[in-house]
Amino acid sequence: MEASACESVAAAPETRVPSFVIEARRGSLWVGLGELWTHRELLYFLAWRDVKLRYRQTALGVLWAVLQPFLMMVVFTVLFGRLAHIPSDDLPYPIFAFVGLVPWQFFQNAVSQSSASLIGNVQLVTKVYFPRMAIPGAAVGTALVDFAISSAILFAMMAFYGIAPCAGIAMLPVLITMLALFAGAVGMWLAGMNVKYRDVKYVLPFVLQLWMFATPVIYPTNFVPAQWRWILMLNPLAGIIGGLRSALLGKTFDWPAIGIAAVLTLGAAVYAVWSFRRMERSFADVI
Amino acid sequence: MQPIIRVQNLSKRYRIGSHEPYHTLRESIIRAASVSARLARTMLGGGGDGVRKNDHHVWALRDVSFDVMSGEVLGLIGRNGAGKSTLLKVLSRITEPSAGRAEIYGRIGSLLEVGTGFHAELTGRENIYLSGVLLGMRRAEIHRKFDEIVAFAEVEKFIDTPVKHYSSGMHVRLGFAVTAHLEPEILLVDEVLAVGDVAFQKKCMGKMGEVARAGRTIIFVSHNMASIEALCDSCLLINGGRLEARGEPTQVVMRYMTSELRAHNGVRSLAGDQGRSAGSTPIMRSVSLDAGEGIPTGVLRMGSPLAVGVEFAAPGPVRPILGLGLRTADGAPLFAVSNRFTNEGWDGEGKKSGKIACSFERLPLMPGTYLLDLFFGDFGEPSRDLDVIREAISFEVVPADLLGTGRLPHAGDGPIFWTGQWTVTGS
Repeated sequence: MEASACESVAAAPETRVPSFVIEARRGSLWVGLGELWTHRELLYFLAWRDVKLRYRQTALGVLWAVLQPFLMMVVFTVLFGRLAHIPSDDLPYPIFAFVGLVPWQFFQNAVSQSSASLIGNVQLVTKVYFPRMAIPGAAVGTALVDFAISSAILFAMMAFYGIAPCAGIAMLPVLITMLALFAGAVGMWLAGMNVKYRDVKYVLPFVLQLWMFATPVIYPTNFVPAQWRWILMLNPLAGIIGGLRSALLGKTFDWPAIGIAAVLTLGAAVYAVWSFRRMERSFADVI
Repeated sequence: MQPIIRVQNLSKRYRIGSHEPYHTLRESIIRAASVSARLARTMLGGGGDGVRKNDHHVWALRDVSFDVMSGEVLGLIGRNGAGKSTLLKVLSRITEPSAGRAEIYGRIGSLLEVGTGFHAELTGRENIYLSGVLLGMRRAEIHRKFDEIVAFAEVEKFIDTPVKHYSSGMHVRLGFAVTAHLEPEILLVDEVLAVGDVAFQKKCMGKMGEVARAGRTIIFVSHNMASIEALCDSCLLINGGRLEARGEPTQVVMRYMTSELRAHNGVRSLAGDQGRSAGSTPIMRSVSLDAGEGIPTGVLRMGSPLAVGVEFAAPGPVRPILGLGLRTADGAPLFAVSNRFTNEGWDGEGKKSGKIACSFERLPLMPGTYLLDLFFGDFGEPSRDLDVIREAISFEVVPADLLGTGRLPHAGDGPIFWTGQWTVTGS
């Protein structure tokens, strides 16, 4: 080979990786989630802001986290426990209802606040860049704070009724994660839909009310006749709340229901993130 | 040296207009069907740029391409609605482009608005943290710079009061203080420096200069040509969503001014003017303003010459007298000029039609809008005005860096631009 053949080899262009690329139709799911993690401090601050603001403007403040499920329990005990004589799995109705109501209230709050969160933060959406998922995420975080407080009251009530914790408690973390994930998924999807179709905020309270009756919150699962029970299982909350009741009150776990709920929750989460990422593109333009 | 920002064919389109109202039941049904189809599509496929096939749309940005080098201060100028803010929004990832791409090799901080994320009920301290985290700072970083931020904003005493009790000036200062202490590699600034009082604006400009000297890249949108010329290394002119020019700030600013001049009318027909005072004969036909370019213009650079020409057609021969009354936009009179005072044209021949013009070598006017009253007379009957039109034509004076320092007197200090000679004695 001749020495002069390789005269001047052009220097290979320095390959740099851009910090980010802006393009139409960009952004995979995983990039979005990774970014959310980088911005986790923001998530914390937004939730902190909402929690602080809520308690700043009320007289009862923190107390509402306790009063909400408590008052509902009283109402339902009177209406359903006493008057309608709904069976409660051999447990005193108040505690039975309360165990169902606390997680339900969390779901309801998380979804309602989440769905309104984007609309309520117009300024942020149109003026600053940050992963938009942080906004409904922070709303769920705020609801978690209330959930924690109500749970404390729940444990106090359990002690009052002399119900000792059993081995089922081990399932608590799993079930609570599923609950939070499902609430987050529904909330996030609704938040995105609400930006374009403001109907969401009108329809939601109605839907949530129906959903509560469709979930065994104030009645036990076996209240529903066996042949219709499979419909009940299509609602992931049925499996989750039933599971929570089993974990806390020492009943047997309905594993098939929990399994179905887990699959549905994961599916909902994936769909919600994918859908949100697509809707996110036009938020600043439509909101 | 590789560019820190590469923009290639970036385009953004917006849908305009609203849905047509429906009148018939048939249309309502069709609309309902298309709505459900749209809903299904959103649920299954989401976004896109939100513009459907039959929508009316406007291109806010069209095929914009440019590179920015690290450490460069790039000015972005153009008329309102040209697409400057849209470009910044796209680069800040607040909105997605419809086509094209941009590669960014660094961390971006955007100042698109002052007081981003502020909530009225939270205290100044809480808002600093919230705003800082929103803009991308880490909590530890905010903690470190907290005292500096508060000192810059001059709100030490009020730092623990809810922001809703702040004056608007304090609000703006605090907002800017937080954003000014961002340390991104690339800073995008959108006319936020236009708010606040003079002292504050000086502080902001100072801080921007500091940031530039520290080697950061800045993209700066402004209508203040003087500050663009003073701060920027190069300048982009955006017009109608397209990149029209790029180069040295002075040249691009001149080009902007020139294109601006052609866009405005410097001519006005007076033939059927309703603004004639009672008792006027329609003698003046049209008025035109010329800034020495040979073409009529309604926009003048500070310090440029001006020629006011009035075409007239009288019923009989006249020796024309033209009086000009210059007023500010508020109507305050500034000065009056007339050949009646100088007797020029007194001994000429009578003319039935023609043109009478008055030239000024340089108008000592500050930027703003000005009005001209026109008074037409005849040396044959010097004691009365034959044709009077108030506010016959208006023109605009735009800023220019006449002193070479990027600074001009404040608009509120008077409409006249004047300079003097300075000497300092002592030891």
